[in-house]
Amino acid sequence: MGTQRRINLTEVGGITVVRFVDKKIVDSGSIEALGEELNALVTVEKRNMILLNFEGVDFMSSAALNKLISLNTKVKGAAGRLKLCCLKAEIKEVFTITKLDRIFDIRKTEAEAIEAFKL
Amino acid sequence: MPTVENGWSYDKTIPSDLDIAHAAIEELMRALEAAAWPGGDMFRIQMAIEEAVVNAIEHGNKRDVAKSVHIVFHVDAERATLKISDQGAGFDHRNVADPTEEERLDKPRGRGVMLMRELMNEANFNESGNSVTMIKVRSQEVPEPSEE
Repeated sequence: MGTQRRINLTEVGGITVVRFVDKKIVDSGSIEALGEELNALVTVEKRNMILLNFEGVDFMSSAALNKLISLNTKVKGAAGRLKLCCLKAEIKEVFTITKLDRIFDIRKTEAEAIEAFKL
Repeated sequence: MPTVENGWSYDKTIPSDLDIAHAAIEELMRALEAAAWPGGDMFRIQMAIEEAVVNAIEHGNKRDVAKSVHIVFHVDAERATLKISDQGAGFDHRNVADPTEEERLDKPRGRGVMLMRELMNEANFNESGNSVTMIKVRSQEVPEPSEE
């Protein structure tokens, strides 16, 4: 485990809300650490209702996208649900171009995403 | 400091080191910022550069620090032109699998070339595939509503 975490966690009604420490998710070492921390939420901490809140994230590379895809696979494997919210327009555009918006449930606000877990 | 009148050029050869590459990319982004490019364009250019440089280091040069990456960049008021070249064997850029196909969507690779082509106005590889030239034409800015 690294000395500095790349994510911060809060709990809202049984849902783990993840916020990112970095404004730009681009450094390869940080992305690796991020991937390990995200995966550990499912494999070690046994969380399977996870919301990734991208508020404050200005940029992310496709290497970071790959970590989200890996997390999504793990959450599905744990019979859980993963949602994303609060993406700035340019990051949302990347999800649209790559059609990753088909495999991720992306919501505008955290409140909307939390509600969607109840559906 | 770049100005919109005379443009700004960058021509450097760096080792296959991601930290050095990211420092170079930050320098290019500061040039775009100083030339007052719109934020959306800056994001798209950064994404494309990031993909091109990481591809060059990881897939082209196989992270061999003895091999280098050549970065050429020019920005002015209207367009940004970028050329990234590595010393690898290249790849068959005409036959890249479509990462948006249903069965590939959850595969964690293969989006870099697509993002370069979609986010930039042009992204053209040389014959062998170890050099890519990309062009971004500055978007027309929508004026902010006046707060008077």
